[in-house]
Amino acid sequence: MTLRADAPPGAARVRRFSRAERWVHRTTAWLMGVCVLTAAFLYVPELARLVGRRELVVRVHEWAGLALPVPVLAGLASRAFRADLGHLNRFGPHDRRWLRAVLRRDERAESRPAGKFNAGQKVYAAWIAGATLVMLGTGLLMWFTHLTPITWRTSATFVHDWLALTIGVVLAGHIGMALGDPEARRGMRTGSVSPDWADREHPLWRR
Amino acid sequence: MTSESPEERGTPVGRRVFLGTLGLGALGVVAAPVLQRGLEDFLGSAADKDPTGLTGLLPNGGGFRYYSVTSSVPHKNAETYRLTVDGLVDRPAAHTLADLRALPRTRMVRDVQCVTGWRVPETAFEGVRLSVLLDAAGVRARAGAVRFTCFDGAYTESLTLAQARRSDVLVALRMRDEDLGHDHGGPVRLYVAPMYFYKSAKWLSGITVTEKVEPGYWEKRGYDVDAWVGRSNGRDDDPTS
Repeated sequence: MTLRADAPPGAARVRRFSRAERWVHRTTAWLMGVCVLTAAFLYVPELARLVGRRELVVRVHEWAGLALPVPVLAGLASRAFRADLGHLNRFGPHDRRWLRAVLRRDERAESRPAGKFNAGQKVYAAWIAGATLVMLGTGLLMWFTHLTPITWRTSATFVHDWLALTIGVVLAGHIGMALGDPEARRGMRTGSVSPDWADREHPLWRR
Repeated sequence: MTSESPEERGTPVGRRVFLGTLGLGALGVVAAPVLQRGLEDFLGSAADKDPTGLTGLLPNGGGFRYYSVTSSVPHKNAETYRLTVDGLVDRPAAHTLADLRALPRTRMVRDVQCVTGWRVPETAFEGVRLSVLLDAAGVRARAGAVRFTCFDGAYTESLTLAQARRSDVLVALRMRDEDLGHDHGGPVRLYVAPMYFYKSAKWLSGITVTEKVEPGYWEKRGYDVDAWVGRSNGRDDDPTS
């Protein structure tokens, strides 16, 4: 491992994400960004007035949504990605401690033990994956209007709209937390993090 | 870097959260009719006390969505607006806004229903029955359909003559008891109460009587030409004429 200019002297960077994993994250982020932006153009009257061109915006939104699960599915070919899915799936006693500390607003590092991913990241990953598929399913019902009777489409629209709002809020939280932690972003951008950061934020990761 | 970490032997909570989210989504679709009615009532009454208008932006907050197929739409007012009636008629006409306002009006309160599913409950529309304008122009015997054009320069719609003559098809001048604003297709739009809202063409500028139905803008892109809203979503319209 090579030393980087921004790393503390003498400390080797810690490998966190492989190239494939970073590609999955970046591609998913772009597609999600396109979905959110086009959704705003379709839904918020002020923005819709600005952009118009409904058919084009609808088509972009539909295809970006359809493509959204593809990077994760392609990522399954990567051993590192599959291993991280395993880490995200499994909760240990330390994850319960982490969640309890969050509920109690306990900010002390020793109350928030975490492995490679903390419990919040695990819950977020599982929820956003499920929510994306719900959006895909309800979106397909609205796209292909001949599939179901109108009551189903009205119901699909209801779920699609409220879940979109929820995803918007949760996604803003996800991005906000990333903005507050440059080293976490560096990990996702370059694939490696400083050992200090790894030991502070994810003390159980490298044990 | 490491192969063994403590969480590998833990419980699969991630999978449960994932499947639980999917299940909640499905449950949401099943429970939506009840939830939506409750929310429409709640947000409807909240909107009356909300000076910011933000409740209108929430789903089911009673707000309309702005649909335009073009990048911008010109504005027309009482001086510049004309509604032409031509094609297979004896007396082609070009109505001004004042002409239309002088004709007898009909007011209807129905749910607006978009084909993809969004709905705005109990919306009042007011205008001149299309049949009044057709009768004034004198429709010829071999006519069978009506084609509508719009001053956005792109949108088109069509109805059969029988559909166009229905008493619940209006050339609308007012919505929610206000003059139609530009965003809602003003100053004049079509209002086809028993059909999905894409039939109710905004920014109406031309009525042409034809022999056969010519599919409109969205109909060339896959939607039905006969777009009756069924009884299934709480409406009482006859499914067919």
